[in-house]
Amino acid sequence: MASPRLVVEAVSRAFGPTQALAAVSLTVQAGEVHALLGENGAGKSTLMAIVSGAERADAGQLELDGVPYQPQNPGEARALGVHMVHQEPHLCADLTVAENLFLGSEPVRYGWVRRQSLLAQARQALWRVTSASNPIDPATLVSKLSPSQRQLVAIARALAQPNCRLLILDEPTASLSQADVAALFRAIREVSQAGVSVIYISHFLEEVGQIAMSYTVLRDGVNVATGDIAETSPKELIQKMAGRKLGDIFAHTERQPGPLALRVTDLCGEKLPKGASLELFRGEILGISGLLGAGRSELLRGIFGLTEVRSGDVLVGAFKGGVSPKTQIGKVHRSATPAQRLAQGLGLLSEDRKQEGISQKLSVAENLTLSRLSALGAFGYVSSRRQLAVVADWIARLGIVCQGPLQRASELSGGNQQKVAFARLLYHNVDVLLLDEPTRGIDVRSRGEIYRLMDAAAREGKAVLMVSSYLPELLGVCDRIQVMRHGKLGEARRASALNEHDLLAEAMLNS
Amino acid sequence: MNGYKFLKNPWVGPFLALLVLLLLFSFLSPDTFARSANLTTMLRQTAVLAIASVGMTLVMVQGGIDLSVGSVVAITTVVVARALRADLGLGEVVVLGVATGAIAGLVNGLLVNLLNITPFIVTLGTMSVLRGAAKGLANEQKIDANPRGLDAWMAPVQQGEPWLFPAGVWLAMILAALAALFLAYTRWGRHVVAVGSNADNARLCGISVERVRLLVYVLAGLCAGIAGVLEFSTLTVGDPTDSVGLELEVIAAVVIGGGSLAGGQGSVAGALLGAFLLTTIKTGCTHVGVPNWVQEIVTGVIIVVAMGVDRLRQKLR
Repeated sequence: MASPRLVVEAVSRAFGPTQALAAVSLTVQAGEVHALLGENGAGKSTLMAIVSGAERADAGQLELDGVPYQPQNPGEARALGVHMVHQEPHLCADLTVAENLFLGSEPVRYGWVRRQSLLAQARQALWRVTSASNPIDPATLVSKLSPSQRQLVAIARALAQPNCRLLILDEPTASLSQADVAALFRAIREVSQAGVSVIYISHFLEEVGQIAMSYTVLRDGVNVATGDIAETSPKELIQKMAGRKLGDIFAHTERQPGPLALRVTDLCGEKLPKGASLELFRGEILGISGLLGAGRSELLRGIFGLTEVRSGDVLVGAFKGGVSPKTQIGKVHRSATPAQRLAQGLGLLSEDRKQEGISQKLSVAENLTLSRLSALGAFGYVSSRRQLAVVADWIARLGIVCQGPLQRASELSGGNQQKVAFARLLYHNVDVLLLDEPTRGIDVRSRGEIYRLMDAAAREGKAVLMVSSYLPELLGVCDRIQVMRHGKLGEARRASALNEHDLLAEAMLNS
Repeated sequence: MNGYKFLKNPWVGPFLALLVLLLLFSFLSPDTFARSANLTTMLRQTAVLAIASVGMTLVMVQGGIDLSVGSVVAITTVVVARALRADLGLGEVVVLGVATGAIAGLVNGLLVNLLNITPFIVTLGTMSVLRGAAKGLANEQKIDANPRGLDAWMAPVQQGEPWLFPAGVWLAMILAALAALFLAYTRWGRHVVAVGSNADNARLCGISVERVRLLVYVLAGLCAGIAGVLEFSTLTVGDPTDSVGLELEVIAAVVIGGGSLAGGQGSVAGALLGAFLLTTIKTGCTHVGVPNWVQEIVTGVIIVVAMGVDRLRQKLR
């Protein structure tokens, strides 16, 4: 029998006092699609960094097709046919798609790039992964591509390598639409039939069930389970990952709907939305579903004043939070700056945590209090003593895992960064929480905690407006859901009366 | 290719600005400014700045910056003057001058790579070091030397000669064309753009970021050395206090031409237009009789306006 494609044997790795991996083992056969599962911080990233050459193991062995394998850097791993596509793909925005696809291995004659041959090769590489509904022109600059197109280009680049034996995909579908996911899965099946092995990291367990053959679950740097996907249900997988019984991670306690908090009427932006209307009440969570590009983020950003509003009305209810209300009840504010919206009691949680949601270089304390430093001292003075006390309190209340208020935000895990961003809204004491993909890319446990925070906020009488692409989450935590399609919102319906199929059908089908 | 697409080219903005300024000055000073002799004079005055800008374009597209270029030009004039006085052959003198620049570039590149310090700081340091070295080498005074024909490289073309411009102007054009082709069509050139655009990604794709970086600093030093030789041709003395602040003009030229301090963007053609634009403002203002301080204000305004136009253009695409 042929040796397996990849054998990881008792690999360990420590970062300072933290043991990221402790004697982890993993076997992937040729042509196998293997799911690597676990919460953020479970050691998946470290393990894959070792396999792809970005990190080195302290102990243990790796074998690639029966041959000892010790890549010293990503370049060496690539030369041996091991390619990793990161969650936020690294591409050169100022080069064309074709140049990115073959960067470092361009067809050249005497040092001159052969453009026609480059474009032809690129077309072939793209054809494998793109759907007819989302074609990519190899001559366009990457800076002009959407996030999902960039993701596809990065995957196409890995698959285009003639030596590709092992492909590692880290959350490849986080930014993809349904059609693109289908095209990607088709491409994965195709290459796996051709003998390429795929390690697939994802938090979307439904997807994992569709594409993977086998799985390994890591928890706290240790193997906890491995087996066939077909024999394990998503619920069992979640249990193994979290290591505790999770009947239902979606918190949804009894809430009392209160008075109107926000009314949006026929809101139109520069491109999107195109006449969206909604009513949001205190004490409820309203969910916005829909496909990528339907204009959901644009709706939230338009309401919050981050993008220009062309027409339509935004009516904000009276603000009872910690900052003195500057606005009259029922007054119409078509467009406003984010500062004005904050003063009116609105707060936005960005879908782009790394770039926008959190200032990576600032400390936990600075991030948490940034929108309301005025409460920490008079005449522009910021009392660090008060700041630390306030922040220490929030860290304890939300269970933010960090060394302390002064730790840099960039050093926190994704889930804890998100909790800091959420805590900023709570510290500001906003009445209307606009949450854009609040649980994107964070682990199961942090997800559950974010859901509980949302539930608690609604129960306190705050109003929550959540945009999400993850349907079980919308159905699990929302009171009502509206589906967005081509920039317009559909009718609001009770979540309890809906299922995933209803939401998908409304988002995708012509009524 | 429709007309709209044409407008998206990075050099269109500076080109239009240049056109407007040329027309404006021709209108204000038709007898002196709008003459072919003046045009060639302006080209001669641009040559040094243009060649330095070609090198700076490469550095800035790669994501770096080179503040030492003015000092490199100065020390090169001193080296050339001393070499001429030492009775070296003309070829040896030129090679020595150009090599001075290339070595300075090599040192810049090595320091950036080895110490992992930002290029702004490294070249701020070498700017001072080289300026001091130039003064030391020249005993803090100008060095006179018999140019032995080197001055002809930048002298106005004599009546009846067929080649329109002096050698220095042709040299600038050829260098610019080579650099433009290099950047757009060669593997190394594309790697320069790749590193400036996203160095981590370039490294992931097996490109040696350090080698690319070293290459652009050496090429930029080479350009600065050539510019220094031409500067000597113009001055016919070695002057250690020459070209103070040149780096700012050079950076301005690159930025006007569509370059970005963040790397990944910039074009040689744009930088040339930017350099010529700066000369046009200077010469034009002089012809019209505008005092020097107004010229400086106009130059500053043009730089900022060019940036604003560029932002608008980026929004369009």
